[in-house]
Amino acid sequence: MSDTKKFLFVNRKAPYGTIYAWESLEVILISAAFEQDVSLVFADDGVFQIAKGQDTTELGIKNFSPTYNALGDYDINKIYVEKESLEARGLTVDDLLKLTYEDEDDDWAEKDSIHVVSSAELAEIMDQQDVVLSF
Amino acid sequence: MKFGIQINEGPYTHEASTTALNFVSAAVEAGHEVFRVFFYHDGVNNGTRYTTPPQDDRNIVEAWSELAEKHNIDLVVCVAAAQRRGIVDEGEQERNGKDGNNIAPGFRISGLGQLIEAGIQCDRLVVFGD
Amino acid sequence: MPMLHTVNKSPFERGVLESCIRLATKGSAVILIEDGVYGATKASTASAMVEEAMKDLDFYVLSSDLKARGVDESRLIDGITVVDYSGFVKLTVDNDKVQSWL
Repeated sequence: MSDTKKFLFVNRKAPYGTIYAWESLEVILISAAFEQDVSLVFADDGVFQIAKGQDTTELGIKNFSPTYNALGDYDINKIYVEKESLEARGLTVDDLLKLTYEDEDDDWAEKDSIHVVSSAELAEIMDQQDVVLSF
Repeated sequence: MKFGIQINEGPYTHEASTTALNFVSAAVEAGHEVFRVFFYHDGVNNGTRYTTPPQDDRNIVEAWSELAEKHNIDLVVCVAAAQRRGIVDEGEQERNGKDGNNIAPGFRISGLGQLIEAGIQCDRLVVFGD
Repeated sequence: MPMLHTVNKSPFERGVLESCIRLATKGSAVILIEDGVYGATKASTASAMVEEAMKDLDFYVLSSDLKARGVDESRLIDGITVVDYSGFVKLTVDNDKVQSWL
């Protein structure tokens, strides 16, 4: 058996109201050091985690949303967002952070990490994983 | 089969830790190996020996300690989550200049990598939370 | 590759069961645990959704959580299988992986 497994991190909770989003991001960043095949899912209220324009200055909790921009540098570039979850919340991909990575197999071209997929497509992606972590 | 377990909630507010205890007991009873239980988020609160529930309630922390000793289960409390919530072992006490520690027997504090490693090593990873 | 889904929320308070059903592929198994067991009862506002989902998914419910909540097995939707903890463990073995809908 190969040492590389397909890890999926499922993010379904909004940021700030609870700590789950922030602490899952910490796990995701650590996972990069293990050279596994990592994918992220943002569905349900999880899509709010990667919404643009977060400003926590008045709140006093750290705004961790800029950290998502670093994921591409950690080779975490398979980020799936459920279309139905976006639509249900009146959002489009333009309301989300622009997360990109540089593709080493394509002359370091900058590419989008976020893939908006339908429920059916997402179900298939989730089905293909070895380990599913949820928070 | 080799199991890894992740627990996201503390011992009493949510049922998660109790469910996990029952699950782990049933798994070892069926002859499976539970390689590691990783406590994350408020789940780190399962690892304090200062827990003193009323006599008519179960002591979940002791139950974990006993189960771990009996079946050689690695109980790991996430260090970052533990620091936020005041779960301290001797090493952390010294490092952070605290006046005591509260880690329960059989638990150890370590990094998030232990969770990923459990995912790599185990045949199944099961998450309990809210 | 078959997947076991765990659902631990009441369908009357949160949309977790609905999300699970939306994103589980045909042939997957779902086990209702903790407050999730309320989703296994018939004649509720969630029953129709569960019954429809049962065409594609196998549903199980954890007996200890049912009993704790005073939900008699006679109130369960026909076709939902009651399992104890050893049955829960067996489901995690029989499926290749587990997704917990927290």
